[in-house]
Amino acid sequence: MSATRGFDRISQAGKVPAPDERTQILVVGGGPAGAAAAIEAAKAGGSVMLVDENPVGVGLMALDTPLYFGGRFTNAVQTQARMVEQILASSPLLEAAFEAGVDVRLGTYVWGAFTPGWGLASLPESLAGLADEERAWMVGFNRLILATGARDVAFAFRGWDQPGVMGARAFEALTSRYDAFSGRRLVILGTGELAIETARAALSRGLLVEAVVDVADAFQGDPSAAAELAAAGVEILLGHVPVSAPSGLEGIEGLTLSDHATGATRTLPCDTIIEAISLTPVIELLDVLGGAIAPAPRLGGHAPVTSDGTATSLPNIFIAGDVAGAPGGASMGEEAAIASGRRAAQAVLASLGHEVRPEVSTVVESDFDALAYQMAWARALMSDPDVVICQCEEVSRAALTEVRPPGYLGPPSPAQAKRDLASLLEDGPANQDQIKRLTRACMGPCQARRCREQVALTLACASNVAPADVPLAGYRAPVRPLPLNVLADWDESPEIARHWDVWMGIPGQWTPYDDIGTEREALSAGILGEGGHA
Amino acid sequence: MSGASVIVIGAGVTGLSSAWWLARSGVDVLVIDKGIVGWEASGRNGGGASHYHSPLFHEEQKLWPQMDELLGYTTEYRRERVIFATTEHHLENYRRMAEICRGLGYRVDDLDPAQVRSFVPLAGDNVTGGIHLRFGGQANPQRTVQAYAWALQDLGGRVFQHTPALRIVTAGGRVSGVETPRGVLGCDHLVVAAGPQAEALLAPIGLRLPLAPARAEMIVTEPAPLMPVGGADGNGLYGRQTLRGNLAYGGGPHEWLDVDALGPRRRPSTPILRNLAKRVAELLPRGAHLRVIRSWAGVVENTPDGRPVLDRIADPGNLTVATMSGVGFGLSPATGHAVRDLVIDGRCSFADLGKLTLARFKDTPADWRERQGWLPTTHEQALAAMAP
Repeated sequence: MSATRGFDRISQAGKVPAPDERTQILVVGGGPAGAAAAIEAAKAGGSVMLVDENPVGVGLMALDTPLYFGGRFTNAVQTQARMVEQILASSPLLEAAFEAGVDVRLGTYVWGAFTPGWGLASLPESLAGLADEERAWMVGFNRLILATGARDVAFAFRGWDQPGVMGARAFEALTSRYDAFSGRRLVILGTGELAIETARAALSRGLLVEAVVDVADAFQGDPSAAAELAAAGVEILLGHVPVSAPSGLEGIEGLTLSDHATGATRTLPCDTIIEAISLTPVIELLDVLGGAIAPAPRLGGHAPVTSDGTATSLPNIFIAGDVAGAPGGASMGEEAAIASGRRAAQAVLASLGHEVRPEVSTVVESDFDALAYQMAWARALMSDPDVVICQCEEVSRAALTEVRPPGYLGPPSPAQAKRDLASLLEDGPANQDQIKRLTRACMGPCQARRCREQVALTLACASNVAPADVPLAGYRAPVRPLPLNVLADWDESPEIARHWDVWMGIPGQWTPYDDIGTEREALSAGILGEGGHA
Repeated sequence: MSGASVIVIGAGVTGLSSAWWLARSGVDVLVIDKGIVGWEASGRNGGGASHYHSPLFHEEQKLWPQMDELLGYTTEYRRERVIFATTEHHLENYRRMAEICRGLGYRVDDLDPAQVRSFVPLAGDNVTGGIHLRFGGQANPQRTVQAYAWALQDLGGRVFQHTPALRIVTAGGRVSGVETPRGVLGCDHLVVAAGPQAEALLAPIGLRLPLAPARAEMIVTEPAPLMPVGGADGNGLYGRQTLRGNLAYGGGPHEWLDVDALGPRRRPSTPILRNLAKRVAELLPRGAHLRVIRSWAGVVENTPDGRPVLDRIADPGNLTVATMSGVGFGLSPATGHAVRDLVIDGRCSFADLGKLTLARFKDTPADWRERQGWLPTTHEQALAAMAP
């Protein structure tokens, strides 16, 4: 540093502590893509850590985090040790990863990731924030492979906040990974690839599938699948819109549908409604890292910008599996995910200077516009404006499109009552981050997992733009809701403690105005030091 | 594209409040911004409104209780503040602060630990004491910014979002307009309230406003039951319990940045959020179980002495410069009033602003940021500087 260069001891530079542990390659997500990536990466002999949040704590499952579980899990999920065993038993690839020398961490959340770059010059190295139910810690990494998969896009109708309304991905996790699904009699929303897979999986487990339902007038998936499901006794209801789900003590007991051609309604008996309309890539960590993300209608929503399906816009961050894009709003499938994971690992190894022969890319593509399909569902459900679409903050569709302040602020002022989405649109395109701060939609403890996409779709409907034109609402660390005392750095470095200031620590900033330029100036600077100001 | 009698560059709290005050006086005013109203630090801050150090303090205190009514929209303003300590050392600092406020004519009560807990039920057995400001308070930043914008529009003022100011256009020694992607917008008077971007806008017309941008960050928890006093802080934190019940707190190390002409590229949070979580858990141990659900980061501009510039420039004579040097939100009702006065009357009617002129920086050396260490600094550079 040059002789004239000063140093601001209050600033963050030099204060970010060394991580608690380090790994050369960190893989987030222990599904087929992540496990395959970790195994492939470990072959080169470097250190590989594979982190997966399953089994997720029951508190988060109840918050529909990370997946839209809809309260349809058995008490088995309360016993973490049993769940760990169950998850290992259901995932031969995880076992193989252990055997390949991968440092596998189950029941571990990755709540943030940070890499040096613009605005983060002070970061000593790339860091990931990990946590379990007890504590948080930091892991340094050279390369990160995000294999965080895809999650369900949820849609609201009356009763969707009751136990028993859930997502297809959560159903898959509860049945195949946790073996802890408590439903028996299902109605599946959607008739695309995702719904068909869900129906097949349910039938193969001996569950009763009453019907698959679509707001569209046409079956979205392969026509032969329609015949297959019909032959299995599954009713196929097209042109039907969910109206409400009557419920009792244990959650929903049926689904009332309206035939939008005739207006006739009927109620199907069921204990579980699986929303299998579309998946969307879990891009939250990439957004926190500052990686490029773009609308990708055929990949389920917004997806990482990638040249080859493995690289991101950040040189040390890679992707594998459904996070790269859920083709047509469905999963790319286990085989493709494994191949994707292997390729990501090969790309990582190549970037680290290893000689690797990359496999031929077999990118899974789909012509199906998942975002348009999501939009069709959103538009059909717009007919019921009073449905609460943000459960945490109790914001209805109407409250959202009227940009109504939350109820705890009391009745809107006369001026406020004249304001709505239309008046905001006069100033520019709808921005979800702006509207969520005004209405509180998406601001609750589930971190908008249940409502983020449908709020964007509703804004697109109400402002008459394509859903891809509504800017992505930003993700922020921590991307899992973690208690203060878990997230806290209880072992704070002395350097941070010694120079902690409430604000910028600028000498004289808080000097009372009348003292400026007088002999009292030095005195007040002394009194108000150490962040003693308000 | 037509302009306006007064154009304000920057739809942050300072620019919007200024425009609203001007519109209240019947002035045809237009605010332009590179993005959305309140999108930078104006919408991402602690919401505090008790700035006893400022010459605008009395006006700040006078205005906040009336703002919802004056604007016609809620700001979520909530009165009063409890600052409390968990160490004797901090308590001593707070009691001195109380003395300063009393000296200015405001009521401040000393609190014992039990009293602190009665106002702040999430506080714990570690409290050593506190002070209760019977003035001040906090508001919701994003809601307030939007309220200014809407109230301005209700009075006939205009806001052009997504309209960056590219250049200040001068003619005959006066500002004649602002060049934007929509064309040149003409004006009789220009207010520059462009935050970190103000320096680069003013330099080409020969005005020196040295600014250094920095990032500050905050964390937010899930809601807790409302406490009798929401503005409760201490332990090196600023922040509040929102009217929804969320705890929103910031403090601690900032990071110096370079900002492009069109603003910050990103507003990342950092691992420092764990240190914030620790301090919130220490301050409010009965809320330590609350989940952190978000973090924010805002980019603020800082002058070399950390104090505002509120100045009607002598040459060109139809230009007013306003930067609050990182402490803008709470003072904004008063700042707007001051700028209105400067633009219309040439002088502030309610406070002396003589120590906040732009001219005080005319001799600031070109490499001031380097000398003060207010530049982006890598970990390695910092370690070298800290070595004994």
